Amino acid sequence: MTDILAVCSVTISIGDRGLISALDLVIEPGTVTTVMGPSGSGKSTLISFIGGHLDPAFQARGKVLIGNRDITGLPPERRGIGILFQDDLLFPHLSVGANLAFGLSRSVVGREARRTQIAEALAVAGLPGFESRDPATLSGGQRARVALMRTLLAAPRALLLDEPFSKLDSDLRRDFRRFVFDRAAAKRLPVLLVTHDPADAEAAGGPFVGL
Amino acid sequence: MEEALRQIGGRIRGFAHSPPRPGSRHAIIIAVTVILGAPIVFGLTFTLLPAFGYLPSIGGHALTVQPWRDLFSTPGLATSIRLTLSTGLAATMLALVLAFCFCAVVHGRMRERGADALLAPLLATPHAAMAIGIAFLIAPSGWLLRLISPWLTGFTVPPDIATTQDPWGMALVVGLLAKELPFLLIVILAALNQIPVDRHMRAGRTLGYGQGIVWIKIIGPQVYRQIRLPLYVVLAFSLSVVDMALVLAPANPPPLAVLAFQWFMSPNIARYMPAAAAALLQLLLVAGAIGAWRLGERGAARVGLWWTMRGGRGLTGELGLKLAAALGMVALVVGFGALGALAVWSFAWQWRFPDALPSIWSFEIWQRQAHALIWPLGNTLALATLTVVAALLLAIAWLEGEDRVGAKRPASVFHPVYVPLLLPQIAFMFGAQVLAVKLGIDGTLQAVAWAHFLFVFPYVLLALADPWKSLDPRYARSAAALGSSATGTLIRVKLPILLRPILVASAIGFAVGVAQYVPTLFVGGGRVATLTTEAVALASGGDRRAVGVLAVLQSLLPLVIYVAALATPRIVFSDRRALSGRV
Repeated sequence: MTDILAVCSVTISIGDRGLISALDLVIEPGTVTTVMGPSGSGKSTLISFIGGHLDPAFQARGKVLIGNRDITGLPPERRGIGILFQDDLLFPHLSVGANLAFGLSRSVVGREARRTQIAEALAVAGLPGFESRDPATLSGGQRARVALMRTLLAAPRALLLDEPFSKLDSDLRRDFRRFVFDRAAAKRLPVLLVTHDPADAEAAGGPFVGL
Repeated sequence: MEEALRQIGGRIRGFAHSPPRPGSRHAIIIAVTVILGAPIVFGLTFTLLPAFGYLPSIGGHALTVQPWRDLFSTPGLATSIRLTLSTGLAATMLALVLAFCFCAVVHGRMRERGADALLAPLLATPHAAMAIGIAFLIAPSGWLLRLISPWLTGFTVPPDIATTQDPWGMALVVGLLAKELPFLLIVILAALNQIPVDRHMRAGRTLGYGQGIVWIKIIGPQVYRQIRLPLYVVLAFSLSVVDMALVLAPANPPPLAVLAFQWFMSPNIARYMPAAAAALLQLLLVAGAIGAWRLGERGAARVGLWWTMRGGRGLTGELGLKLAAALGMVALVVGFGALGALAVWSFAWQWRFPDALPSIWSFEIWQRQAHALIWPLGNTLALATLTVVAALLLAIAWLEGEDRVGAKRPASVFHPVYVPLLLPQIAFMFGAQVLAVKLGIDGTLQAVAWAHFLFVFPYVLLALADPWKSLDPRYARSAAALGSSATGTLIRVKLPILLRPILVASAIGFAVGVAQYVPTLFVGGGRVATLTTEAVALASGGDRRAVGVLAVLQSLLPLVIYVAALATPRIVFSDRRALSGRV
């Protein structure tokens, strides 16, 4: 049911400085590919390009495919690509439940069905009954898990991880990393992880590319 | 640099402040309370008492409800009230919706610095001048009809239709919108600085939402919390506006504030008591409207949450957003068109009806008006300068005082300095006049300056408070660690860094001062003429060209100050990118 995420001969530069040249990636459903590189190497730029958020200051060539479908020209909201950012970016004016409801795909119709899905997602995240909580009262690890669930509830066709572990403490980091990979594998999503931490790449267990 | 500052901050945190001197801070608080509070308390009291028949100077000694009977037996009062509520609420609601939709659509294409300059002419123009310009634009013999006549409309003489002073008050709503929409836009832009808009936008879009819908569902509610008070100010003002309504609203019956104003101004002193009753009723209407608005907020929040939680990606709703944004754009263009109409008319020597432009242009009108302009211009300049300098000094003393005692003032919590802006001017200016009379200063420039100060100071303080509070406290701490006294730090570190916001706050205060109409007439006893009072006085009957000159001057003055405020830091700090205000 899920498709591959493919990046075909992507070249990105800013001014006359090249960041990424002729990069090819094919990510199978249910696997994680890691792109490694020091800060400033263009990792986040690659994520922005795939997600459709690239700043117009950059020049980019190449294609992004999901299955056979070319999504390079689509606006971010039509790409069906979920991104987990460095910060959890939970919306501070909405409760935990409303944050998840905002993410939950419109294809789930009906108050009861939506409520059930959100409750299930919270249970999976180990936060049962947290619907009415203010995100600001959650710990960093809890917030990170809610952010992942929000991303997954939107039913993306691929998942991009933009160093989402870098701000967590090491224990928490290991747990959350495992959680993310397990959830993504359960949904058989193709996952692209960018990081500068070799431990992340090792835990991902998939192929990795250096920038 | 950042790192060094942080270390200094860490090392000396807690004892970097000079020992607080509560004495001087209390002195400032008392001064503000007396200067702002006395006219308000006295003003309200001496509107309340005459409303119940007590006004000894005209022989009213006993408390009675006769003024209310007089008021309610006035023919057309119900229409006045309905007009007041419908125009005030419509203008505020439209301004809010259009501002939100406008921001949602042009998001990311409009940056604060650019918008500042673009909206400056509209923000700087006094309400009276804007009203006159709108009238010049949309009147049956106005510029708009001239532009499309006779080739489109077939009119060779102005048609006999009420496009200004229409019975529904639509012209007034347009006029208010042309002023309040830019105001809300600038307030929203400032609020956006407190929100990680770009990151929330990315997060929303990766969840499948279009740009406009993310703005409405996610950014909008966060912005709303921060602009609630300015919005109430807009609501109170729109319900109570007098000068703009004198030009654009229907005259018979007029909105309630205008009714009270005309009775207060009437040579027939028997009108004073019902006027006071009308003024008090106006106060109740404003209080009721704000209360109803707050209830509406709760309802809207509930509906909004339900709508957000349904998870609709709303790609189809984008069209409606674009439509509303286009309407907002039209309102801004009308505002600029009004300013253009003022300028053209002030140079029009001969301009027959269906011609799109004057047939003979001339400076003659300006020259003829010169002698009549000297006094109003001088008064306007003197009043604005006096009040702005006083407001600035007091605002700086206030904010510095807060810094020194380490007071934390959470943003967007109600603050008492807002009170003069939330009260209808008509509800306490008569009483303020009584105070001026008792002090023997009525009709003097100082008394009028005091009345203007009530409205200039809150705007100056509000404009300065945010930049002041967001100044990194470690600058002051590192200066202290280098041996600078608190006052030395204020003068040599804080004020120079804050030059741009200080000048912008002054320019805003200047524009607010120039625009004052009701306080000038009441406390000045009609003896202190300013550009605003003259323009409104001439607007009802005078030669359009002469009115044009006055209104142009009235808008130009604050605009020049505003441009100077934006340009000065660029010149002074031309070699300091962070402080020059360049993008």
